[in-house]
Amino acid sequence: MAEITNEYLLQKLQDQFGSDILFSDEQYGMLSVVINKERNVDVLRWLFDHEELKFRFMTDLCGIHYPDNKDNEIGVVYHLHSLTNNTHFRIKCFMPISNPVIKSATSVFKGANWQEREAYDFYGIIFEGHPNLKRIMNVDEMDYFPLRKEYPLEDGTRTDKDDKYFGR
Amino acid sequence: MQKEEIIDIDEKVKEYTTLNLGPTHPATHGIFQNVLTMDGEIIVNTEQTLGYIHRAFEKIAEHRPFYQITPLTDRLNYCSSPINNMGWHMTVEKLLGVDLPKRVEYMRVIIMELARISDHVVCNSVIGVDTGALTPFCFIFQWREKIYDIFEQMCGARLTTNIGRIGGLERDWNEDVYRLIKDFLREFPKAFQEFTNLLDRNRIFLDRVTGTGPITAEMALNYGFTGPNLRAAGVDYDVRVMNPYSSYSDFDFKIPVGTTGDTYDRFMVRQGEIWESLKIIKQAFENLPQGKFFAEVPEFYLPPKEDVYNNMEALIWHFKIVMGETDVPKGEVYHSVEGANGELGFYLVSDGGRAPFRLHFRRPCFIYYQAFPEMIKGAVIGDAILTMSSMNVIAGELDG
Amino acid sequence: MAISVELKEALEEISGPGFQATNLDKAIGLARANSLWPLPFATSCCGIEFMGTMASNYDLGRFGAERLSFSPRQADLLMVMGTISKKMGPVLKQVYTQMAEPRWVLAVGACASSGGIFDTYSVLQGIDKVIPVDVYVPGCPPRPEQIIDGLIKIQELVKNESLRRRNSEEYKQLLASYGIE
Repeated sequence: MAEITNEYLLQKLQDQFGSDILFSDEQYGMLSVVINKERNVDVLRWLFDHEELKFRFMTDLCGIHYPDNKDNEIGVVYHLHSLTNNTHFRIKCFMPISNPVIKSATSVFKGANWQEREAYDFYGIIFEGHPNLKRIMNVDEMDYFPLRKEYPLEDGTRTDKDDKYFGR
Repeated sequence: MQKEEIIDIDEKVKEYTTLNLGPTHPATHGIFQNVLTMDGEIIVNTEQTLGYIHRAFEKIAEHRPFYQITPLTDRLNYCSSPINNMGWHMTVEKLLGVDLPKRVEYMRVIIMELARISDHVVCNSVIGVDTGALTPFCFIFQWREKIYDIFEQMCGARLTTNIGRIGGLERDWNEDVYRLIKDFLREFPKAFQEFTNLLDRNRIFLDRVTGTGPITAEMALNYGFTGPNLRAAGVDYDVRVMNPYSSYSDFDFKIPVGTTGDTYDRFMVRQGEIWESLKIIKQAFENLPQGKFFAEVPEFYLPPKEDVYNNMEALIWHFKIVMGETDVPKGEVYHSVEGANGELGFYLVSDGGRAPFRLHFRRPCFIYYQAFPEMIKGAVIGDAILTMSSMNVIAGELDG
Repeated sequence: MAISVELKEALEEISGPGFQATNLDKAIGLARANSLWPLPFATSCCGIEFMGTMASNYDLGRFGAERLSFSPRQADLLMVMGTISKKMGPVLKQVYTQMAEPRWVLAVGACASSGGIFDTYSVLQGIDKVIPVDVYVPGCPPRPEQIIDGLIKIQELVKNESLRRRNSEEYKQLLASYGIE
């Protein structure tokens, strides 16, 4: 199988999307691009349909929270895999925490469905166009998004463990 | 005389029944709920609810140092915990840029393949139990205990092993391990052949499993299937072959692939994988190189206790590692291993601190279980149960 | 070395069918203890160790717990094995309330006993927050021998339980403290 190099892939992406590719990086052999969040579905669809690149498998979709990046706190990270070319790469889209809205990738990959629900459950990212965006892991009545950095790990209301013995 | 009314069946409004399958149900191996909408016996739609065992692994991982995350990874796919452990260690080793000795890699391969056999044995015997065949389950579990004996000799634990350390293994194997592995390689194939003979060409079993819960290759790829479920649909994607890690490229093994993606194909793919795993273990065991069982990374690999008590430098390293004052490089890394259910991936974002900034587990069960409603549309409940057990949904990996 | 075995014959005065004098409590306790019908409420890793305990190597059936009941209405012993999350708590309580008296609860594993290693926002820190528990089996996961030990301790409790315990004031207060009628 012909492996396409990261430079070639980046070149192709920049030729097609130009200014929407905000940042690119290569870490531990994997290319990582940050794109404008408005174009996420377009980029995924273009990569899916492209005859040579053929990124037809979405390995992973997760959310991430950087509390220090002003206006770009919440991010969505896509890992794509081209099975025919044996290439992985990563796409990231950031959005402000006051308005974490992004288009859903379910129109391109059916497997994004639950992963987006999980990202919504943990970070509060609203995916527009998702068929059934509700909490998946936590109880439905939960009113906060637990994996954001400002919330603690432990349940504050528990009575049987004394925090001072745990160094907290 | 009463006028007979002829009712056209098609004009009658259909009334569907709702059946709640779970969360606690003997046939769903794990706790997740399926609310089935049924037209008589035929399933029309399924609504799934998960999260009944959500333990917030990803949040816990942000508060624990790297070596304390290994016991968490144990509890993802708990039927084959060593694979999860090794995958995590490899991810951190990729981040740190550690080169492992060949001996460590071969030892890890043997451990991972034993875990894979253990998981596939559970899955296949439970498919048998769901069709009513209890004998293969009771029979093969005796042999599965032998795998537990091997793990116990290696690390002290049977199920949630926490085996290995970042940079190698915690102790070398003693003679009991070698003897147990040799005995296992000699005796398990015969026992497994008996298990196969009970189910493989069994008329009742075949009638139950052929044609239940099929899925096409394109649908499977779109849903993100990996592992035996994808290989049963016809796609030969195996992380061990495509992106070899831990010296898998040194070994000669085949990838069993099915055609229709139904329960029979999934069963047979797992059977084939057990035979291939036995081959790999044999090759690794016979060619096990001599050498050290850990890499030279004093910043992350705890020094032996005798050195800590007698040697000043070892004492300082021990202190630094436990207190978390060693330098961890900043960066993001994604590494995946071929777990028993598919591609188990670890996306690690490190900001230089003692604990990861973000750790995300790409859990294969979570991703492929989404396709379950499509696979059972139009089937009866018995087939739905078999499809669920043949997909090997492990609740710990599903919810995480 | 041959060991000689002597069979003791009955005394001459005694003939015919024998009899045993005991309390009704003890006889019923013996019958109940050796024929417990467990409900395996297996959620996670401890459930796999339970499967190993039920299988041929460790065989829980030797102790009378051969017939697993998945319906709470027909079960005596609720074996909770694995982590119970907050989402699962009401389900567990509903299963417990459906069981008929006398019923016992065995919490297997660290997660069921106290939350285990998961001190998080989503995990119930021990099932005794929602239902009364009789025996706790620690371990993560406990070895099959430990699970059998837990079952034997339950059997001791069953053998020595008074027949009137379930109607006593103390027991009713215990259930009321959990909000169970």
